[in-house]
Amino acid sequence: MRKLKNIFFVLIFSVIVINSSNSAEKSPPFLETKWTFKGLFGKFDRSSLQRGYQVYTEVCASCHSMKYLTYRNLAEKGGPEFSEAEAKAIAASFEVTDGPDSTGEMFVRPAKLSDKFVMPYANEQEAKAANGGAYPPDMSVLVKARKGGADYIYSLLLGYSEPPEGVELDDGVYYNKYMYGNKIKMPAPLSDDLIEYTDGTKATAEQMSKDVTNFLMWSAEPHLEQRHKTGFRVIAYLIILTVLVYFTMKKIWSRVEPKV
Amino acid sequence: MSDHEYTPSSKFGKWFNDRLPLLTLANHLTDYPTPKNLNYWWTFGGILTFCLITQIVTGLVLAMHYIAHADMAFSSVEHIMRDVNYGWLLRYVHANGASMFFLAVYIHIFRSLFYGSYKSPREIIWILGIIIYLLMMAAAFMGYVLPWGQMSFWGATVITNLFSAIPLVGESITTWLWGGYSVDNPTLTRFFTLHYLIPFLILGLVVLHIWALHVPGNNNPVGIDIKKPSKDTVPFHPYIVIKDAFALLMFCIVFALFVFYQPNILGHADNYIEADPLVTPAHIVPEWYLLPFYAILRSVPDKLMGVVAMLSAILILAALPWLDTSKVRSAVFRPLFRQFYWILVADVLILGYVGAMPAEGLYLLIARVATAYYFAHFLIILPVLGWKEKTTPLPLSITEPVLGGSPNLAAARSDEKIEKTIK
Repeated sequence: MRKLKNIFFVLIFSVIVINSSNSAEKSPPFLETKWTFKGLFGKFDRSSLQRGYQVYTEVCASCHSMKYLTYRNLAEKGGPEFSEAEAKAIAASFEVTDGPDSTGEMFVRPAKLSDKFVMPYANEQEAKAANGGAYPPDMSVLVKARKGGADYIYSLLLGYSEPPEGVELDDGVYYNKYMYGNKIKMPAPLSDDLIEYTDGTKATAEQMSKDVTNFLMWSAEPHLEQRHKTGFRVIAYLIILTVLVYFTMKKIWSRVEPKV
Repeated sequence: MSDHEYTPSSKFGKWFNDRLPLLTLANHLTDYPTPKNLNYWWTFGGILTFCLITQIVTGLVLAMHYIAHADMAFSSVEHIMRDVNYGWLLRYVHANGASMFFLAVYIHIFRSLFYGSYKSPREIIWILGIIIYLLMMAAAFMGYVLPWGQMSFWGATVITNLFSAIPLVGESITTWLWGGYSVDNPTLTRFFTLHYLIPFLILGLVVLHIWALHVPGNNNPVGIDIKKPSKDTVPFHPYIVIKDAFALLMFCIVFALFVFYQPNILGHADNYIEADPLVTPAHIVPEWYLLPFYAILRSVPDKLMGVVAMLSAILILAALPWLDTSKVRSAVFRPLFRQFYWILVADVLILGYVGAMPAEGLYLLIARVATAYYFAHFLIILPVLGWKEKTTPLPLSITEPVLGGSPNLAAARSDEKIEKTIK
């Protein structure tokens, strides 16, 4: 019997090993960085989220939409937590088409807190036409829509390099070692000092990548902080209750004779 | 069934109970004599009831906010995640709840396989269980389609396309299921309707499942018939209730860890991309709990035969009470069966693993061997074992470790009498 069990463990183990060596060939391990939102008490780094929004709005937003986000989200608890005045000012810097008004005409007005993030293109076709046929994906839930999540996005942003010998690239196609198939239509979006952070942080490519990934993680999972906080309370409560129920059970079963 | 007649103490209670014997039912459920040697593998029945109720309650609230329309389903789910109060909690409990439900049901099924709970006189309980399991798979599959992500859409396309393998009428059936010529809005709305209906069908079957259980009473780890009530049994309340509660709380801790700390680990990243009929994902994979059957489906080169194999893999379980010819229920007293049982467990795990891998090369070979073994276990090994295997002696009862028992109580008692007379 033990022999048989061993044979099966060896079999399962070898299958796993074969598989992991296969997948290792496909893409290199992600770049490592410390995320504050991971772990039992994980929280977002507030100032990093605010910088991340700046990177998004000054760099990414020229091609990528974030259609599930609303300007009010920027002032909400657990997010970048801009003050309400700041969030209002941010919203007001965008224009949205509203209407029809009482005369039946559409009109343009500054955006309000209740408006969704303004999209860079009117529709998918326009976005494709402007980007050589590639559609820049909506970024609202992008982190959750990619295997590897935040680590993947962070690595991808820093994963651009010259193609290795023997790899031919068409016009408008770039080499990225973390991209599926290594070919990507987005040119390297971030470079040192591309933007100037309002809080004076030095805008290195690593810093910007980290900040914008933090921001994207929050946009994909806006209630992450509340989830971690609630989760800790729920699990602590359950553990205490389980211990109490355990002793109650022992007491009740102590009446049963004879034991089995 | 309780052996004694129950009379409510109050006058009103008696009046009511004579007209609708709810109090008799409550009394039966409280006093229900349960074998006292049930181990923790027996707590999963209660856990499964909890899972079903959790899914129904969270699903009910989610349905208030969800919009079953191809253009709006994805964004309505995002609306739930972002703007509905505790919407993220409801959705994560519901999504992970499905996985926890299947985890529990697999433990429940394999417990039954180990201790021979499917054998006479519990065949009907077992078959009802198989029907519940089939409905669970249907509900889970349709539920996975509702967020209308890439994996929803393409999973639905792959699974509904299986029906096209049916000769002659296959294509028409597929069109009928879709409500059109591809998976589209009509498919989504009907899946939503059915996804809402099925849990209540399951609920009804669960009532029958428990009813059928309460006729012969629980099997137990020793697998012999016991006299009820006797010193081998304890009343359901408080003994089993408190034990089930303890196990349920442990289960909830694991559940909570998934919901609060790894809510997306059991899902697929592609399902956070809105469905696009023009872009096929690189790997279309079902949820983990359907993987063994997916592996069986793909291990057969012919599409129709693949579908037949996949369905047979589940339906063969319904014939199990008659395929297993051994009179002894519990694997504890069946040394050979015990080995084959663990091989089957490994076999199903391997099938699940290769189901997640591309169907090519070594994986395909492993899937084929494992599929063949799966069927061989039920069709060859079990019937033959029943005749050939030398089982170890059974005890006469749970509390008396006297050997010379039989899975059948009456037979054991009469043997005992004969022995005594001989002495």
